[in-house]
Amino acid sequence: MTTSSESPLGRRFAELRSAGRSALIPYLTAGHPSPAATRALLGSLDGVADVVELGIPFSDPLADGPVIQRASQEALAGGMSCARVLDLLAESPPGPPVVLFSYLNPVLAYGPAAFVRDARAAGASGILLTDLPVGADPALEAALRAGPLDLVPLVAPTTPAPRLRRIAEVAQGFVYLVARLGVTGAREALDPGLEAAAAAVRAVTDLPVAVGFGLSTPAQAAQVAGFADGVVVGSALVDRMGRGGVAPALAFLREMRAALDSARSPVGA
Amino acid sequence: MACSLATERAPEGRFGPYGGRYVPETLVAALDELALLYDAVREDPAFVAERDALLRDFAGRPTPITEAPRLAHEVGARVVLKREDLLHTGAHKINNTIGQVLLARRMGKSRIIAETGAGQHGVATATVCARFGLDCVVYMGAEDVERQALNVHRMRLLGAEVVPVASGARTLKDATNEALRDWVANVPSTHYVIGSVVGPDPYPRMVRDFQSVIGREAGAQLRARYGRLPRTVVACVGGGSNALGIFAGFLDQPGVELVGVEGAGEGLATGHHAATLGAGRPGVLHGALSYLLQDEGGQVIEAHSVSAGLDYPGVGPEHSWLRDTGRVRYASATDAEALAAFAALARLEGIIPALETAHAVAWLRASRGRWEPEDLVLLCLSGRGDKDLAQAAARGREAP
Repeated sequence: MTTSSESPLGRRFAELRSAGRSALIPYLTAGHPSPAATRALLGSLDGVADVVELGIPFSDPLADGPVIQRASQEALAGGMSCARVLDLLAESPPGPPVVLFSYLNPVLAYGPAAFVRDARAAGASGILLTDLPVGADPALEAALRAGPLDLVPLVAPTTPAPRLRRIAEVAQGFVYLVARLGVTGAREALDPGLEAAAAAVRAVTDLPVAVGFGLSTPAQAAQVAGFADGVVVGSALVDRMGRGGVAPALAFLREMRAALDSARSPVGA
Repeated sequence: MACSLATERAPEGRFGPYGGRYVPETLVAALDELALLYDAVREDPAFVAERDALLRDFAGRPTPITEAPRLAHEVGARVVLKREDLLHTGAHKINNTIGQVLLARRMGKSRIIAETGAGQHGVATATVCARFGLDCVVYMGAEDVERQALNVHRMRLLGAEVVPVASGARTLKDATNEALRDWVANVPSTHYVIGSVVGPDPYPRMVRDFQSVIGREAGAQLRARYGRLPRTVVACVGGGSNALGIFAGFLDQPGVELVGVEGAGEGLATGHHAATLGAGRPGVLHGALSYLLQDEGGQVIEAHSVSAGLDYPGVGPEHSWLRDTGRVRYASATDAEALAAFAALARLEGIIPALETAHAVAWLRASRGRWEPEDLVLLCLSGRGDKDLAQAAARGREAP
């Protein structure tokens, strides 16, 4: 395991732990519905969200459901690209630590080494690559981990125990636990095995565990906060950004925040 | 390109730097399981016997080779066609679906999903699923559902559910995205039968192996009938499974020239084409590093081809390696050339080829002067063209 208490993500989760709080981690697709809206939301998140996932749109988002697919298409149609996402981040007011969420190919096209360097300069703290699972490309992964960003890994309900240990050994920042089988998008019920899956991750790492995919209501967030360090909310937020822009998106996040703060933190102070 | 990928050369799963397993974490365990099983059974006599019996008794192997004397007159060499169009369901695709469905049964998976472009792979998958009583869902771009309506009817008749995919360019790439999304959601119960030598490991090598029967048979048939090897072997390349299948019989024969023909659409200069190896650069799509039609920012560019089976912005990773090493030469033929070749083969030889295959025929016709008259040229006639009649008629290719 890589301890990263030196990194912005490590510091942020350490603060939350000592305050007995769970992290609210909004995901937004950069440039959707407009670059200005993304900038405005990023600038309004202090005190509401603890970490931000900023999605770099990709033409073929095969891990995403319809809401984020549509948002990605619209952002691309509006001219978004890796370079413009970094510009947008650099122009935004400072806020919670940012994890860039991307498919591999746009980062490859930019050049991985240049990308992590420029992303750090733009203010990012971590990177999460949906289609670069641990062990898929050891040389590339090692280069990314040695760079200035935390390389955050995903763990899925199908990840077997030996592989989970291997992922934990190389994880940086936090571990992102996929809440259920399937693509991103709101679901009514949580997977009944989710709490056990989070416990299995905890058993092999001291890094924070954030849970995402399908979480869309304050009640779900509060429930997950009972056993995870962070709750990612994506499609439900992207949907509100698309329909009403920053105001309803922010109102939704405040509701989620209140639900999290009323829930018990898993580890306490 | 600016990518530091893959200095590791895993013996399986990489072709030079290409290939790999760039997939969401949810699929990693299923790919591990599939690779493990495939490695265990690929040479298991019981598995091979079961597969070969189905290839013979259900699919109709071996397929014949047919000499094409009137086409030969145009081309200036002796042309021999490997008749995968005579296989059950009308294309080479069933060689692969038989193998994969047998693997799915061994894994205890009761539900099969597939993507399809021209519909041939969807039909082949639906056919084998019907034979074994498995649930079958086929994802097909909405555009392809329209231009390949006959195959949609066939799949539904065979009991498959055909799901039109309305995202992106509504063709094969988008159908593949949707099939992968289904697989991520249903992986414990479901096997994804990928139809070409694309996707994450072990698919490219597994599909190649299942298709290699084409080249093995053709090599033996040529030796028996002519006592010699062909000078050139040519096949069309979309994802590239019929090409790798027939090349497999000749890759270790350095004297045999191997040619893959991509779809040049409206012409390479127009940007409206599917010539991934001719005009793309390496990138990651659908789980593998391979040549890819993409813009400067790494966004995938829509392909264009009159042939739904070639209308794909990626290509199998082994083709990328064969291109870089120079072992295979990659050429292309335009929509117009393919449509002309489609009509020409019908008139000259009494064989209506699939529009995909017609690209390889077009390259032959354009390459007169390349051979001595007695040279043998082997063409993989990968599929029959019934499915393309409406489209060819609409493009005015019923008459020469």
